[in-house]
Amino acid sequence: MPHHLQDDLRWRPSATREALASRAEILARIRAYFSRHNVMEVDTPVMSRAATTDPAIHSLATTWHGPGSRDGERFYLHTSPEFPMKRLLAAGSGDIYQLCKVFRDYERGALHSPEFTLLEWYRNGFDHLALMDDVERLLTDVLPDNAQPVAVTHWSYRDLFREYTGLDPLAATSEDVAAVLAGNQLDVPVGMDGLPLDAWLDLLMTALIEPRMGRGLLFVTDFPASQASLARLRADNPQVAARFEVWLDGIEIANGFHELADAAEQRQRFTRDNERRRRAGLEPVPMDEHLLAALQAGLPDCAGVAVGVDRLLMLASGAKSLDAVQSFPVEIA
Amino acid sequence: MASYSTNEFKGGLKIMLDGDPCAIIENEFVKPGKGQAFNRVKIRNLKTGRVIERTFKSGESVEAADVMDVDLQFLYSDGEFWHFMDPKSYEQQAADATAVGDAKLWLKEQDMCEVTLWNGSPLAVTPPNFVMLAVAETDPGVRGDTSGGGGKPATLETGAVVRVPLFIDVGEVLKIDTRSGEYVGRAKE
Repeated sequence: MPHHLQDDLRWRPSATREALASRAEILARIRAYFSRHNVMEVDTPVMSRAATTDPAIHSLATTWHGPGSRDGERFYLHTSPEFPMKRLLAAGSGDIYQLCKVFRDYERGALHSPEFTLLEWYRNGFDHLALMDDVERLLTDVLPDNAQPVAVTHWSYRDLFREYTGLDPLAATSEDVAAVLAGNQLDVPVGMDGLPLDAWLDLLMTALIEPRMGRGLLFVTDFPASQASLARLRADNPQVAARFEVWLDGIEIANGFHELADAAEQRQRFTRDNERRRRAGLEPVPMDEHLLAALQAGLPDCAGVAVGVDRLLMLASGAKSLDAVQSFPVEIA
Repeated sequence: MASYSTNEFKGGLKIMLDGDPCAIIENEFVKPGKGQAFNRVKIRNLKTGRVIERTFKSGESVEAADVMDVDLQFLYSDGEFWHFMDPKSYEQQAADATAVGDAKLWLKEQDMCEVTLWNGSPLAVTPPNFVMLAVAETDPGVRGDTSGGGGKPATLETGAVVRVPLFIDVGEVLKIDTRSGEYVGRAKE
């Protein structure tokens, strides 16, 4: 049992003094990196009337009692600062970054915490490929010498799946995925009936690919269009999205996009997300009309990325759980 | 019928799986940042003791197992059943050989045991961590040898065979750790 779960020691932080010092040091290095590159730090609201529509991400909500709202008004805690940061970009902010706490319901485990620190930044005139280089520069800059990536590899989503599972993710069916699971002595999880192919691909990613990635920094680009999230589709190949993800030592640490700037398409994706939420028995959530208006007014061509800072700190210190780098995890908050 | 959602999963939770009552040993939450979440769970089948791994799509519900642990007094065995009693309500329970399992080696009349009930019937019996049992059979004691080195087998009143020091004699009462099946010492007078 971790010491902080013993009754008489529950007042104590779960992170050591050394881990807290390492957090402070790496946050300072992140700020120094962006200062050197003329990227401005910003601070956007944690509470919003709109939420992420992504059916796989659950927002926490709270009630605000303010002028004119007798019974209070529902506000969602942000799951990432993406929407207001894009409003700043559309208003002409230039390159910006933010270090903030974000909140996600239903997430708890060694690598998940309902609140965690996210680093998110945007670069004008960058596409996702240029931003991947920026991510690599930042990580090698802020990670301590003993935690530098031992290798850097680049994959397309399609090649990654072909290499690790023998499956073409752009042509596969759920039956194909089930066959790959069987070939690896893995059971089909309880509750997979009727789920879209993407959920089956997520299963392969977590059950087969991540555990075999090995050490080092691994970039994956060109996610299937159905997993575009807030990325634009590639103009030369609309089957895939200009989205990338980053793994360090087999653990997912970052997600980035060449940002979708088309307001009509963004509204369509929000609407489709809410339909998927309804079908999955989840509550539809208010879409961010301010963001849509900002896209309508014009988002500069830009790319953005979010990095999970607690996971980065965890990997930098060789720890196995976020609890080792957070002062007071949810159980003792 | 009571049920648990995967987000309630934690060690110790009792659920029904493939028709058998099971206890969750370990629950691992796995989720791509923007993708489907899963719970990878290590589960002990309480009937067979076997440990299996199973993955659930997060948000799934599973039936709760009506399993509870109660402290009962062991009364006697008739060879087919082992009879226990709740010392407060005097309610009796009969456990078969499958439920009693290896615990039968340590069961002494009037000792308190933890009995796991499933739908009100004994599913498993856990003896006390330490029991006092008399030696029924062993080679004659070697006086003066208190070194504890070496040792010899001794059959206890329940039929269990444990390794004991050479100085132990028939009729002596020994303290045994039932978790390891090892001799701890002679019972204090």
